Amino acid sequence: MAITTRSIPTTPTRDERAVLAELRGASKRFGSGAAAVEAVRDVDLTIRSGELLAVLGPNGAGKTTSIGMLTGLTRPTLGTATLFGRDPRDLAARRRIGVMLQASGVPETLRVRELLAEFRAYYPTPLPMAEIVDAAGLDGLEHRLFGDLSGGQQRRVLFGIALAGNPELVFFDEPTTGLDVEIRRALWSTLRGLTRAGRGVVLTTHYLEEADALADRIVVIDQGRIIAQGAPTEIKSLVPGRRIRAESSVPVGTAERFAGVQRAVRDGTWIELLVGSAEPALRALLAADATLTNLTVVEPSLEEAFVALTTRATIESEAAA
Amino acid sequence: MTALTDARVRPEPGRGPSLVRIYRTEAFHEFLKLIRVPMFAVSTLVFPLMFYVIFGITFADQTAGGVGVTTYMLATYGAFGVIGAALFGFGASIATERGQGWMRLKRVSPMPPLAYFVAKVAMATAVSGLIVLALFGLGATMGGVEMSIDRWVSLALVLVAGALPFSAMGLAFGYLVGPNSAPAVLNLVYLPMAFASGLWIPITQLPDVVRSVAPALPPYHFAQLALGTFGASEGGAPLLHLGALAGFAVAFLAVAAWGFRRDEGKTYG
Repeated sequence: MAITTRSIPTTPTRDERAVLAELRGASKRFGSGAAAVEAVRDVDLTIRSGELLAVLGPNGAGKTTSIGMLTGLTRPTLGTATLFGRDPRDLAARRRIGVMLQASGVPETLRVRELLAEFRAYYPTPLPMAEIVDAAGLDGLEHRLFGDLSGGQQRRVLFGIALAGNPELVFFDEPTTGLDVEIRRALWSTLRGLTRAGRGVVLTTHYLEEADALADRIVVIDQGRIIAQGAPTEIKSLVPGRRIRAESSVPVGTAERFAGVQRAVRDGTWIELLVGSAEPALRALLAADATLTNLTVVEPSLEEAFVALTTRATIESEAAA
Repeated sequence: MTALTDARVRPEPGRGPSLVRIYRTEAFHEFLKLIRVPMFAVSTLVFPLMFYVIFGITFADQTAGGVGVTTYMLATYGAFGVIGAALFGFGASIATERGQGWMRLKRVSPMPPLAYFVAKVAMATAVSGLIVLALFGLGATMGGVEMSIDRWVSLALVLVAGALPFSAMGLAFGYLVGPNSAPAVLNLVYLPMAFASGLWIPITQLPDVVRSVAPALPPYHFAQLALGTFGASEGGAPLLHLGALAGFAVAFLAVAAWGFRRDEGKTYG
């Protein structure tokens, strides 16, 4: 299956803001021989100052691996990763970033204040302790042992650790997964605050809604490849908003020409349409087939949205070839 | 307006943080983690002392290697205690923190990687010093051990220095076995190895089969070095034992380095 990212509209690359981190043609293969897994394939990614970049993709898409390559945790098998113009494994480069990983166990027998102090010591000009405590919402918890905190409080400690060095670029790997709506919104406003001060923020997520609400730019990644990137509005226009399913004799070729239909598929007596918004396509569909039955309209999962994007990319690249 | 939301003042490029502060903080936190888990402190401290009382002081009238049993066992249970501190305080704790993902968070931070290991070795050495001190206290009082001051000092130095090769061994195991099984596997290795190396019962009283296997085990060489400080060694030049220990340490470090690199592959997603 030939997939290319080139056929998907991208935002113009004319941008004078400083490049903070970059992946160029980066691929990462784990294991070797027949058991090799290519977690990331030929990914180009640029993060600029003051920008909030969302890396959107389903689980296992290669988001964490991409972050790992940018933060020096792992080296690209092919291509390059740079952080402030240096190798991300260079301590001098990492002194300018903060990272909140998806899952980090923390020694349970250290107190919140001690954990923050431990990380503050790694940076030449760390954020004052009081400010970290305030920004991460850890007031009154400074003297508690990490093991005695609730799950949400523990996440806040990890958030505080990410801010400890007063970073110019902060990485958040799925920061809101498992958080309730209220805390998620509070975190969103904190993240926006960070970019207002000229920091770069990279966040991975599998919620389109979250990427849309926060990001200046979204990179959609699936099966290790970037399948689309652009401003949230551009990405949303590519992703189906609804899935219409009904028993109907309308031919696929006809259905594909209805307003807003991104993809039409026949499945026996059923027809399935992926559409931007449901109403125009529904009107056309009902007008075209008076005997239509069993109609449902649902919001497709992100995975389905990615399938739609991937298929589009394939069709367009084949058409171009 | 705070530094967090303000346009920030950046440090001049190339300036690093205070290394002294990093190492001090890491070491102090290792110490805190240790004393806040009393089980570790108790088992690594109490077992060598208890065994020394049971197998040494109880048989104080007997001799081994040409010296009194209480003197002899000062070296062997000292070695036993130091090995335990290094294997569990260092090896098992690394295995646990690797499993937790704590190590990954450290690896994306600008922590000098050496600081993490130095802090843990320092802690293992300090605990070793404590075990040796307590054991010496027991030996000098209840055990009636009498030695010249320079023998006491050289025995103490050899014992505490032994924390280094066995930290390397602990590190290798910490990387080799899963975090949850590390303590169990280490015990399975530690206890039989200690027995076969003559740390519990003087090597001269062990069956010939065991005695022939002993030189293949790192604790044997450690114990012989310690016994050599008061002339109770079974034989073999101290340099030979030192060389054997150094060889084991290098091999263990190589295994640990391999494991460290292997960890790179565990970041799917």
